[in-house]
Amino acid sequence: MVRKNTLVFTIVLLLFAFAVCALIYPMFGRQEMRLGLDLQGGIHMVYQADLSEVEPGSESEAIDGAIAVIEQRINILGVTEPVIQKQGADRILVELPGISEAEKAKRLIGQTALLEFREQVEGEGGEMEWAPATATIDGKEKELTSSYFKENTYVTRDNLGRLLLIFEWNEEGSKLSEQITERLIGKPLGIFLSGEPLLGEDGQPIAPIVQEKITSRGQIEGLSLGEATELSELLNAGRIPVPLTPIYEQTVSPILGADFIDMSLKAGIIGIILVMLFMIAYYRLPGVLASLALIFYGALVLAIFKLIPVTLTLAGIGGFVLSIGMAVDANVLIFERMKEEFRTGRTLGAAIEAGFNRAWTAIRDSNVTTFIVCGILYWLGSILVAGAPVMGFAVTLFIGVAVSMFTAIVVTRTLLRLFVGTPLAQKTSLFSIYAGRK
Amino acid sequence: MMLDITGKRFLFFLISGVLILIGIISLVVFPLKPGIEFSSGSMLTVSFEQEVAQSELKQELVNLGYANVIIQRTGEGDFFIRTRELTGEDKAAMESALSARFGSVTEREFYSVSPMVAEETAQNAAIAVAVAAVGILLYITWAFRRMPKPFHYGICAIIALVHDVLVVLGIFSILGAILGWEINLMFITGILAVIGYSINNTVVVFDRIRENLTKGISTDFEVVVNTSLVETLSRSLNTSMTTIFVVLALLLFVGASIQNFAIVLLIGIVVGTYSSLCIAPTLLVVWQRKEWGKFIQWLPLPKAKGV
Repeated sequence: MVRKNTLVFTIVLLLFAFAVCALIYPMFGRQEMRLGLDLQGGIHMVYQADLSEVEPGSESEAIDGAIAVIEQRINILGVTEPVIQKQGADRILVELPGISEAEKAKRLIGQTALLEFREQVEGEGGEMEWAPATATIDGKEKELTSSYFKENTYVTRDNLGRLLLIFEWNEEGSKLSEQITERLIGKPLGIFLSGEPLLGEDGQPIAPIVQEKITSRGQIEGLSLGEATELSELLNAGRIPVPLTPIYEQTVSPILGADFIDMSLKAGIIGIILVMLFMIAYYRLPGVLASLALIFYGALVLAIFKLIPVTLTLAGIGGFVLSIGMAVDANVLIFERMKEEFRTGRTLGAAIEAGFNRAWTAIRDSNVTTFIVCGILYWLGSILVAGAPVMGFAVTLFIGVAVSMFTAIVVTRTLLRLFVGTPLAQKTSLFSIYAGRK
Repeated sequence: MMLDITGKRFLFFLISGVLILIGIISLVVFPLKPGIEFSSGSMLTVSFEQEVAQSELKQELVNLGYANVIIQRTGEGDFFIRTRELTGEDKAAMESALSARFGSVTEREFYSVSPMVAEETAQNAAIAVAVAAVGILLYITWAFRRMPKPFHYGICAIIALVHDVLVVLGIFSILGAILGWEINLMFITGILAVIGYSINNTVVVFDRIRENLTKGISTDFEVVVNTSLVETLSRSLNTSMTTIFVVLALLLFVGASIQNFAIVLLIGIVVGTYSSLCIAPTLLVVWQRKEWGKFIQWLPLPKAKGV
């Protein structure tokens, strides 16, 4: 048995070494802990798509199309590891970690990115108003918009150094444009973005006077470099095929996230130290061994978090810190049992074995209830729009409790067995269990 | 002389009854305040470069048309501003108005929940709590299937659980009334964690009752239960102690963002430990002896008044 114990002890040591290495060095391509948005800062948005205008049967395509366009728009920002997913049947989840330009990101996603061309008509009161410029193709009246652009707009400067946004009409667009511009020669053509006049660098609406008939290519003059570039990228990314309304939004600044990490790290360390002090004061030598097992526990759980990887959120860290307190529960159960067995007259070695064996059903049955709750929390978190923290908590608590069963039973037992054969085991003061012997 | 816990069962029932009654009255008088996750709205956390008085900030926001705005100051000197659901334009307008009035303002956190999402969240959270209770009832009945009347164990554990949840809710409603605390999703998470924790404790005690019954240490059920309680007492207290340590660490060092969760856990652990020692096992005894009626007689009530 001594030999078998040495073997187990060696395995435990190797596992510990592995966990520590996994935490310090990159392993399996994992460099760092994966942090949730609330810890590294970032945007979490959920959009509700309005599918009422979509043909029945092609809803899923419409959502996929919207996701593809959002992906392209996010690429403009150069965010690393964005998450853009369908949520349920008609929602889109957008997660942009660590982004500092939250407002710009939201504007880009929320853009309808539709340029409309309008002409001036006389309103009822005799004033001039902007109305959509239309032309008729094959008997149908159609509005002239950027939906007829080819996806190859670009920004350039002419030989006078003026900034131009160059676009090209597709087949249908050129027919419309030909009719409309022919009709409007000498008159202004208004350009509107998302229903508002497109403003130039000088703050004035851009509404050039039509000089000649335009068939294939056009240009927009007067934008600032930044605006022109953004607009051309948006136009090339295409239009989101369904109207999207934000229904949930969480934006956390990266600074706040960094604060959370510091604070929860402090809480975790202080928590672990308090638990260790208590265990040592109450159980003496077994308490010291349980504390060693707790350090092992911490390293192993964090290594698992990193390797899976578990996305750590504030709530998830809460679950981990809570699991530290609960992790020693199995040890407390075992040590109390050991004391009882010892009082009935068993030798120390026999009391240790009996303590572990008899405490097992209580450890198993009581932890199953925690697992049930973790399962329910995970389910709740997965169906809620705002459920990420709940899910994070469930995952970390589950891993924590599962690992604690292993460390409290295997690790502590192995350590205790190592001590039983040594002269240390004869020093009664090291085991508080002697105190109660009848 | 062994500590007699089961013998004082009626006293414990009285204490718990009073606690729950206070809790229910408090819940009626001060209903729990739902956070934006359950009631929809927006929450903006801002920090100002200059010193800003809370009253002035509130006045400014009321002037901007947010009559029902709720403002709280955080420990770090930031402000939580809670309003109806803000659109992107609303928020931009608010921020530029605030910076015009109070100087440079930085947005630290923004959180916005639409009514549709809020409704779903509240509904599903309630379902989750109910499913948890049923799941645990079934599990305990199954785990104690070899005992006579396994259902009793499940029901007594659930009564203790409902007791814990009611007391936590009651205390939280008082905290809400005094400190303005709202319940959010982390609160629900905390409640579910408390449910798991309290049942965990109860199962340890029940497990010992099961073992002692099998051993046949006494023919008197009450003696078996009491012995089991005393035998597991130091374990129950020690585990609660270590868990309270870590929750206190969370509360003190992480602070506001996780405050609801930590407070729920703190109260829940204390109440859950009490109920798994003094309520769930003693209920088993009362049920086994069919002495529900005795409790009413035991109560020091003037008979004429009734209840």
